Amino acid sequence: MQHYSGFGLLKHALNFHENWQRVWRNPTPKKKYDVIIVGGGGHGLATAYYLAKEHGITNVAVIEKGYLGGGNTARNTTIVRSNYLWDEAAHLYEHAMKLWEGLSQDLNYNVMFSQRGVLNLGHTLQDMRDIERRVNANRLNGIDGEVLDAKSVQEIVPIMDCSGNTRYPVMGASWQPRAGVARHDAVAWGFARAADALGVDLIQQTEVIDMVIEDGAITGVNTNRHGVISADRVGCVVAGNSSVLAGMAGFSLPLESHPLQALVSEPIKPILDTVVMSNHVHGYISQSDKGDLVIGAGIDGYNGYGQRGSYPTIEHTVAAIIELFPMFSRVRMNRQWGGIVDTCPDACPIISDTPVENLFFNCGWGTGGFKATPGSGNVFAATLAKGEAHPLAKPFSMFRFHNGSLIDEHGAAGVAH
Amino acid sequence: MFYIYCPHCGEHREEEEFHAKGQAHLARPLDPDNCTDHEWGEYLYMRKNPRGLHHELWIHATGCRKFFNMTRDTVSYEIKEVYKVGERPTVVAAS
Repeated sequence: MQHYSGFGLLKHALNFHENWQRVWRNPTPKKKYDVIIVGGGGHGLATAYYLAKEHGITNVAVIEKGYLGGGNTARNTTIVRSNYLWDEAAHLYEHAMKLWEGLSQDLNYNVMFSQRGVLNLGHTLQDMRDIERRVNANRLNGIDGEVLDAKSVQEIVPIMDCSGNTRYPVMGASWQPRAGVARHDAVAWGFARAADALGVDLIQQTEVIDMVIEDGAITGVNTNRHGVISADRVGCVVAGNSSVLAGMAGFSLPLESHPLQALVSEPIKPILDTVVMSNHVHGYISQSDKGDLVIGAGIDGYNGYGQRGSYPTIEHTVAAIIELFPMFSRVRMNRQWGGIVDTCPDACPIISDTPVENLFFNCGWGTGGFKATPGSGNVFAATLAKGEAHPLAKPFSMFRFHNGSLIDEHGAAGVAH
Repeated sequence: MFYIYCPHCGEHREEEEFHAKGQAHLARPLDPDNCTDHEWGEYLYMRKNPRGLHHELWIHATGCRKFFNMTRDTVSYEIKEVYKVGERPTVVAAS
């Protein structure tokens, strides 16, 4: 792998940037791998990278039906934070946060991780009580957080309407200074490049159409372009399509796939240097380095696989943003898109073994998967390497829905799920 | 934007008047006191999540406030039929 550096940039400038290496290979798949990962999004690529880097398993293929990072990795609002209420979730997301903090150096790829802080606004007394509880829980778990009043919020975001003269006045917020945003595509590309350099085969434009299961154990997957590819273990990281793949393997998951929409405005001058989220009026917003406002909110209420959503949801989102930022009322929106998120009944992911031996699933991240990308890949790689759940992944077994040990992050995380 | 026919009102109305309430035809356990944990888990949490035809429960929330069922394609989002609670769908997936 060609090492990226400032010096390299200068050197290539002398050749008019004509001799850059391809970022990853485009290999023909082998007949058999130690591990096959289905799904070449951020989580799948991160899994492949950590399998190779931390567990020395390099005979790995990532099978992607479209192109790398073309699903939800490219369809989110790029927010990274770890201020979850319950211990299990907090530990998992904080594990991811610690990996984020060194990720650009680790991958030798600038993922543009920017710790600009995240505000979760409170608009009611109950919001503020929940925020206080969550921040206290976070601090007990060693996660940074502060409870701010409306005046302090106004100081951080001078352009927000904290006047009290609104339908839902801003009463305060939780503030996680270490949280922020990252460049979503760069995360997928960085993991892909680093995994490829360690010998992982990235197989694009190849869809898994069936699973090969013998005597209750998986032995490979059947694909549309390369036939059957065998593997000792298979990990599925396919977000919205998890139920479809579980169906191929003959079991069901407690997931429902919903469209989640986001939109970006035309690029404007720097005006918002942090991330503002509001659960109550239901919208979140940040400004990308390119200058566009990145706006998101909740899922469309119905099930869907169509990677697009309804206009009433966008209208609701934009109304919430205008309530908070009246000055954005005349900013024009450039693009709008939908991703398919697999929502779980307790708003927590599933990182788990399955009723089929040697088949593992990493899914159910719902609306909040991007922030966990490195952590999710890291614990799922350990799970695939050892054949049993990583300690941080253990509470997220798919069997929790039958034994009752749910991790109820619904609303408790102060997030619009 | 869906344009939904409410079988109770007998009119087409816009999507904003309705709420999707998840999978239709969920049968409550007949003998809840004797359900195993597994049966409770299946009833409470396991859901059909098909890529294709789906039968789902909707409510005309700001209209007549009555529930009804809908068969819809989850990829094209095309509404195939609406029918009242207690009725069976006429459009069903092959297999």
